[in-house]
Amino acid sequence: MSAKLIVGVDGSDAGQRALAYAKRLAGLIGEECSLELVCVVEWSPYTFQTAEENATRKKHRQEEKNNADERVIQPALKALAKEGIQAEGQVLHGKVASILNNIAVEKNADQIIVARSTEQGLSSRVFGSVTANLVMTASVPVTVVS
Amino acid sequence: MKQFNFLISLLALFTLFLSPAAFAAEGIDAMINGIFSSATGWFVSLIFSPIPGTSFPWIVLWLVIGASIFTLYFGFIQFRSIRHSISLVKGDYSNPNDAGEVSHFQALTTALSGTVGLGNIAGVAVAVSIGGAGATFWMILAGLLGMASKFTECTLGVKYRNEYADGRVSGGPMYYISKGFAEKGLPGGKLLAALFAVFCILGAFGGGNMFQANQAHAQLTGVFGDYPGWITGVIFAGIVFAVIVGGIKSIANVTEKVVPFMGIMYVGAAIVILVMNYDKIGWAFGQIFEGAFTGLGVAGGLVGALIQGFKRAAFSNEAGVGSAAIAHSAVQTSEPVTEGLVSLLEPFIDTVVICTMTALVIIITGQLLVDAQTGLYVLNEAGTIATADGSSGVALTSAAFGSAISWFPYVLVAAVVLFAFSTMISWSYYGLKAWTYLFGESPKKELTFKLIFCVFVIIGAAVSLGPVIDFSDAAIFAMAVVNITALYFLMPIVKKELVSYMTRVKSGEIKKYKK
Repeated sequence: MSAKLIVGVDGSDAGQRALAYAKRLAGLIGEECSLELVCVVEWSPYTFQTAEENATRKKHRQEEKNNADERVIQPALKALAKEGIQAEGQVLHGKVASILNNIAVEKNADQIIVARSTEQGLSSRVFGSVTANLVMTASVPVTVVS
Repeated sequence: MKQFNFLISLLALFTLFLSPAAFAAEGIDAMINGIFSSATGWFVSLIFSPIPGTSFPWIVLWLVIGASIFTLYFGFIQFRSIRHSISLVKGDYSNPNDAGEVSHFQALTTALSGTVGLGNIAGVAVAVSIGGAGATFWMILAGLLGMASKFTECTLGVKYRNEYADGRVSGGPMYYISKGFAEKGLPGGKLLAALFAVFCILGAFGGGNMFQANQAHAQLTGVFGDYPGWITGVIFAGIVFAVIVGGIKSIANVTEKVVPFMGIMYVGAAIVILVMNYDKIGWAFGQIFEGAFTGLGVAGGLVGALIQGFKRAAFSNEAGVGSAAIAHSAVQTSEPVTEGLVSLLEPFIDTVVICTMTALVIIITGQLLVDAQTGLYVLNEAGTIATADGSSGVALTSAAFGSAISWFPYVLVAAVVLFAFSTMISWSYYGLKAWTYLFGESPKKELTFKLIFCVFVIIGAAVSLGPVIDFSDAAIFAMAVVNITALYFLMPIVKKELVSYMTRVKSGEIKKYKK
């Protein structure tokens, strides 16, 4: 039986902790386990922008994707390959919670692994943190690494 | 950075040149006013010359006929497709794989921040103080018809945009005129596109810049007392300079985020005033309908009310002018028609909702003086309607809101300044696109345009209302002359796109991503 784990990474320490936990789990499960690293660039289609920002948006989106891929996904994939763990990675724009959940459903994943985010302040108090959102809305089991 | 420092010192030098030590303050305003009026007078009279034998300016008829033809040609698209338009804005048809690119909502709100502005506050006040309550009726009608013009131009804007290898996008009438004419084998496309670009640059300096600076200054003096216009001009020019030349994005970002809330607050306040005076709403609509067909004693009667309504609606929502096609063309879509359908919401929000709110507040709060015996408007010496405190333009709107909510004029000052600023930033971009279309893209050429743009901010704030409003109108309407001419030739292309798109939506080939 194969197992698919979705791991939320973002280049931060929290992301690293989630990745470390996923690695340990993959080691325990064995060869059938593969990881899907997902780096989400926070983005909403309902923001207000200037005409100039819009005109260069496609270009900036590509730059954001390349940056995240170079700095977060590729180094992590290299490290995993060295340890013999199967993994793939992708960078996507949108809301973290819904993107991770969508990918999990699409890939028929067994679980989502994220680290507790450290975001504070008014917005997290009003709208709840990304992890809390994910836990409440996810269609597959979620592990939150502290 | 070196270049930036150089520019700062250039602006400082320019400010020094205009300092009180060099000239008497009032003298500068008068001097700029004189030079400006004599330089632009011929252009204004050409655009606004009446149809021989009538007092009806040909340009107003031009816009109305254009909007009516597009409405008929596309089978009342503005009424048929409104549900689908809203669905598109909500993102129901947006491919999730395109996330991170410009959404329909973003393209629409960006275009709106360029159109919602002083036209909605000051322009409407001008319309009703000359054309009476009846002007509102014609304004709403022009707004509804204008939705079809906007649909046509924005569909073409997306279809013929330039997408560069590095991901930048450039679009607008310049591109659809030259490419569309070439595609149809029609001659003169390049010439017409260049002519549009010239008028677009003038429009960017006029309605998109000077009119805004001028009315922002009028509003500031209304609250803080009279002081020379060039002072407001220099401060505004400094901030605009910091954003468009200095690239200080934080100012633009703050404005872009605050402006929509200002808009909502403005409409909210208007609704509160209407609710407070709910017993007069019926009477106000009575005045609007009666005035629309009789004029209620305004100069020119029915035609006077109609001209004002159509003129100010066109100036406010810019339908047929072509400017919005530049803003809308950055959207992510593989179907140009979708952006056309989204863009037709713009005149609706701008004119049918916001402008009507302003007009209703002015009418309901009794700002326009009516002769109790005849029921007709009392006219002042200038031939316009006498107002409760003698004010006109943005001051009239301010007085109307202030009579119901005493502290609202202060909020209105902030709204006017922010609206003026966001409209200027939008138009600096439209003007720049036209400029680079004509002269090519290079940092030096772009800088030249941006510096001239800043100088016009100062001129706009210093010149008195009359010459500025005339030139602003003339420049914007001149764009519409070229744009609508081109749209007549290109509208079959839009029709083909529309029919193909709608067939695929009906057959289910184009499906909703969101359930």
